[in-house]
Order: sequence, then structure tokens, then C-alpha cells
Amino acid sequence: MSDSNNDIKLVDAPDGVSGAGFFATSFEKVIGLARKHSLWPLPFATSCCGIEFMATMGSNYDISRFGSERPSFSPRQADILMVMGTIAKKMGPVVKQVYEQMSEPRWVIAVGACASSGGIFDTYSVLQGIDRVVPVDVYVPGCPPRPEQILDGLMRVQDLAANESLRRRNSPEYQALLASYNIK
Amino acid sequence: MELTNENVLGKIISKFGEDNIRDPYSPDGIMTITTNRESIIDLIKYLYEDEELQIRFLTTLCGVHYPDQKDRELCVMYQLHSLRHNYRLRIKVFFPSAEPIMPTLTNIYASSNWMERETFDFYGIIFTGHPNLTRILNIDEMEYHPMLKQYPLEDLTREDKIDTFFGR
Repeated sequence: MSDSNNDIKLVDAPDGVSGAGFFATSFEKVIGLARKHSLWPLPFATSCCGIEFMATMGSNYDISRFGSERPSFSPRQADILMVMGTIAKKMGPVVKQVYEQMSEPRWVIAVGACASSGGIFDTYSVLQGIDRVVPVDVYVPGCPPRPEQILDGLMRVQDLAANESLRRRNSPEYQALLASYNIK
Repeated sequence: MELTNENVLGKIISKFGEDNIRDPYSPDGIMTITTNRESIIDLIKYLYEDEELQIRFLTTLCGVHYPDQKDRELCVMYQLHSLRHNYRLRIKVFFPSAEPIMPTLTNIYASSNWMERETFDFYGIIFTGHPNLTRILNIDEMEYHPMLKQYPLEDLTREDKIDTFFGR
């Protein structure tokens, strides 16, 4: 009983100034730390990569170890849009609408060859990569990728979340990026 | 009466004439006949209403494109089934791609509604009298009918597949 609590791992505190009874650091680092370990994914699964996500979500690979305990099936409470599988052109506006309904800060992972580039489906009916309709932060290659790769993609988003400036979403570059996708 | 290819063909020809019922053959045991735009609806209606035949189920309907057949480029194929006799029949209608017009079958088989929309979507065949002839599977903004063979299969907006390895 006494040893059972020793397994719990805590994240290291960010750089800062500490003294007797106080610890000082910047908001950016604390908020980045908090966001990094509580990224709620919205699984947008259309095909076989979605099956790999189910394995990633299950107890063997356990995406909740990274703070993604709760897959959010509402875009309004989600932080990461994980698009997994072939997106037909007819589905493109749906992906875009889901992205638009997410609140800032939001990240997008394109999981698998189809979501990244259209994959083997170089055809008139398939969207040639979801970056045609929404900005993508991390691309996970593979057809389908292993759960380890999906976890690695999530960890890359964790890095982005931890190191992102709090003002990034207000920057003119970011506004221009959204404007280039015609997202207000 | 048991339905065989011979007696069904005889019945149809005696009703519609040799000129309207052409090229009967059975590529896979299912009799296939060719008719024309003027007779197709009357023919399917006759097959439905005749008490001996009772061919009252539309299995499927689709378009075909034969770009090399002069003035017979487009085809609509109907596959019918008599559930009473377990007898199947296939009917083809050929027409030029310059005039891609067919009469609608929706007044006899309601199930042909979506199939005709699909055929319109992929081949641009206009079914006159159809209640709602709009695209059903492809995006509404699409400007061509992708199963016509003059259009490439590949997505034309890709810019990274330009070298000879991809055949462009």
C-alpha cells in the first residue's frame, strides 16, 4: 500500500525562479504544460486508419497515457481533430464544418496516406489530402500507420502545444493562414 | 406456363415486332435483348402487367459507354426479375451520345428513381419525366460526368504527379 503511489509520474515543473514558499514562471509555460497533457481528440474516422485508432485508444497502446483520455465526439470540446481515412470530395465540407466548430486553440492531425495526400485513391471522387480544406499541423504517414506512429503524431502535437506562444492564434500569419482556407 | 428464353422471346416479339426487339443472346444464361427508346417503357410495362410473365422486379439499371460504337455510344441496361417464376431478363437500349435522352421508368418502378439519378450523375443521360434528376453520389459542383471515357480517372488538381513515373 505504501509503495503504490510511487508509480505515479509527475511532469517536471517548467523553468522558473523558485525560493522559499514561491515559484515564479511565465503563464505561457504553465498553460502550455497544462494543454500539452490534456489534449482531447476528436476522432474523425472514415476507414481503416480509424481501426488503427481504435487500437491506439484501447488498453494496449492507451492514448490516455498522453492526456487524451476522453475522445470528444463533439467538436466544441475537442482540441485535436484527428482525420483518419479516405475523405471523399463530398465529405470535404463536413470536415471543414467540424473544424470550424472547434474552438481555439485547435490542432489537426492527418492520419494515414489518404488523409495526408489522397493515398492510392488518385481519383475524381477523393479529396487529395485534407490540407485542401483545413490547415494540418501533423501528418502521420502509413497505410495504415501503426498505433505507435499515431501516438508519435500525438506527441508531436504535444510539442506544438507546449511551445506555442499564447499570442500565436492572434498573429497576422495565423489569420492569413485561416483566410487562405476561407475560414473566418 | 414455365418461362424459358424461347417462349418469352416469342411472346415479346409477337407483341412488339422484330424491328423493336433485336439481337437476342444469352451470354450467361440470362436472355439479353436490345430494344429502342420508343419501345422500352411499353415493353417493361407489358412485362409487368402480363399475367403469364409477371416480371415485376427491377434488379438494377445502369449506363454503359462504348466510345467506339458510332451512334451507339451510350447504353442503358435494365435487369428484370420475375419473382413468381424466378426468371431473369436483361434489356439494353443503345443511343448516340449526341442525344443522351431516355424516358424515365419511375412511373412503373419507384426504385428506378435513385438508379436513374446515378446514371445521370455518371453518364449524363437525361431521363425525361424524372421527378428529381440531380446528382446523387458526386459533389454538386462537379462539371462533368466522370464515367464517360473521355475523362481521366485521376484527380486533375494534383500538381505533384508530373514526372514520367506517374504517366503524366
